[in-house]
Amino acid sequence: MKKLQVDVAVIGGGPAGLAAALAAQEAGAGKVLIIERNTELGGILQQCIHHGFGLHRFKDELTGPEYAQRFINLVRETNIEILLETMVLEVTSQRRIYAVNSKEGMLEIEAKAVVLAMGCRERTRGALGIPGTRPAGVFSAGAAQRYVNIDGYMPGKRAVILGSGDIGLIMARRFTLEGAKVEAVVEVMPYAAGLTRNVVQCLEDFDIPLYLQSTVIEIHGAKRLEAVTIAQVDANWNPIVGTERIIECDTLLLSVGLVPENELSVQAGVTLDPITGGPVVDHAMMTNIPGIFACGNVLHVHDLVDNVSRESERAGSYAGRYALGQNGSAPRKIKIQAGENIRYVVPHEVSASEPVEFFMRVQRPETDVVLDVGGLRRINKVSVRPSEMLEVKLTPEQLQNLEGDTLVMQVVPKEGERRDA
Amino acid sequence: MRKHITCTVCPLSCDVVLELGKDGEILSLTGNKCKRGEVYASKEHTAPERTLTSIVRVKGGVLPVLPVRTSRPIPKDKLKEGMLEVAKVNTQAPITMGDVIVEDFLHLGVDLVATRDLETAN
Repeated sequence: MKKLQVDVAVIGGGPAGLAAALAAQEAGAGKVLIIERNTELGGILQQCIHHGFGLHRFKDELTGPEYAQRFINLVRETNIEILLETMVLEVTSQRRIYAVNSKEGMLEIEAKAVVLAMGCRERTRGALGIPGTRPAGVFSAGAAQRYVNIDGYMPGKRAVILGSGDIGLIMARRFTLEGAKVEAVVEVMPYAAGLTRNVVQCLEDFDIPLYLQSTVIEIHGAKRLEAVTIAQVDANWNPIVGTERIIECDTLLLSVGLVPENELSVQAGVTLDPITGGPVVDHAMMTNIPGIFACGNVLHVHDLVDNVSRESERAGSYAGRYALGQNGSAPRKIKIQAGENIRYVVPHEVSASEPVEFFMRVQRPETDVVLDVGGLRRINKVSVRPSEMLEVKLTPEQLQNLEGDTLVMQVVPKEGERRDA
Repeated sequence: MRKHITCTVCPLSCDVVLELGKDGEILSLTGNKCKRGEVYASKEHTAPERTLTSIVRVKGGVLPVLPVRTSRPIPKDKLKEGMLEVAKVNTQAPITMGDVIVEDFLHLGVDLVATRDLETAN
């Protein structure tokens, strides 16, 4: 078995892995390795051929492949090593990685620090339990996106899309532009799950109907999908009798959520947050296992790649310093708690002596509210939505002012306006 | 006449309300929380534009198709025509991001450009 020794091993060559590897090297790590199972770097960005990426990072509206290419070009200018078509099988708590590829067989990689950047995968029909037959023609939206944009063929002519996540909305436009008919987008919640600009530019532009508080209750067809039955749902998501409607279609795309891919993390003994499905991390994006860091969609599902890059640079930078033995002093620890209308906050624990950037999501949409950052900062928000991640930074100076060792993040009514008024 | 336009400049997604005269001219514009919303909504009313992104066939590459975009947004009502034009294109690997695949696309003064590198297959 071939053995390698590296300073920082990054698992996954998507946007998170690329940014983490670059930052690790910048921090001084001599030998940085990216391990990627696909035939090329760039991850999911390579199939996201639409534009709208990089508005924050590059002050420009890039397509997914363009955003990826900029990072790939930066990596190519360095001596960061890349293993493609290489599957990681196991990561141990001692930061030993077992991987395999068809050229070298098994590999054993000893890393001083490991960055988990494996991304996420799509929730499937099985997770929803939609009744009916099991014909061909039911795809996750991302799989269909790959068929169209990377492999170059259309998987259907007449589609219904279940779920109004961004990938589903993007695919509604993509199918329409390629000449297919999108009959409907069906969403169980009372509001769209994706970004508003995608609802406008992908559905309204093409007069594609969006049915809210509705779902697919049956799949019809023997060999190929022939139709789906949709129905409105009540507050408990139960179908309302009498609202059923059959829509003929040969394709059903599912855009019903993403799940961080943490099988390797769990094997290594990494503790997961049940809400995000990703590791519990500190200000350095380090998990409970010393020297194992996490960033990007494996940590929590993002809506903007710009945020993935920033978060991953932080992880990579701390991983690089860890590999060099610069672990810092044992600082005062502060626990982060999700309060009123906050579903989760990452990171979960911070140090009082290090700057930190929090990413969080709300539980429900609200307007004219204040994001209260443990009383240390109060930020006015005209509107908050679960689909749009909130970000806030704190300096060590601000953190020093916290009383106690718990910081409560909450969304509260504006001064002088009572919630129950 | 009244027209609603959802501003897509930022996540606030303001509902901009346009009061229109009988020739479609904008009499008033309300509901936007900033100046950019006004610019967006009047442009969206008079001459809406979109960036077209798609794929073209490519020979000899590691992938059968190459992602492309218009170098600048084009009139929204040209999207369908643009897709029919894109379908005719056949290009050849290797490709470097930014390579012009079709010059003066649809005679609109914009180019169709490659959005990634594409190496030749061995």
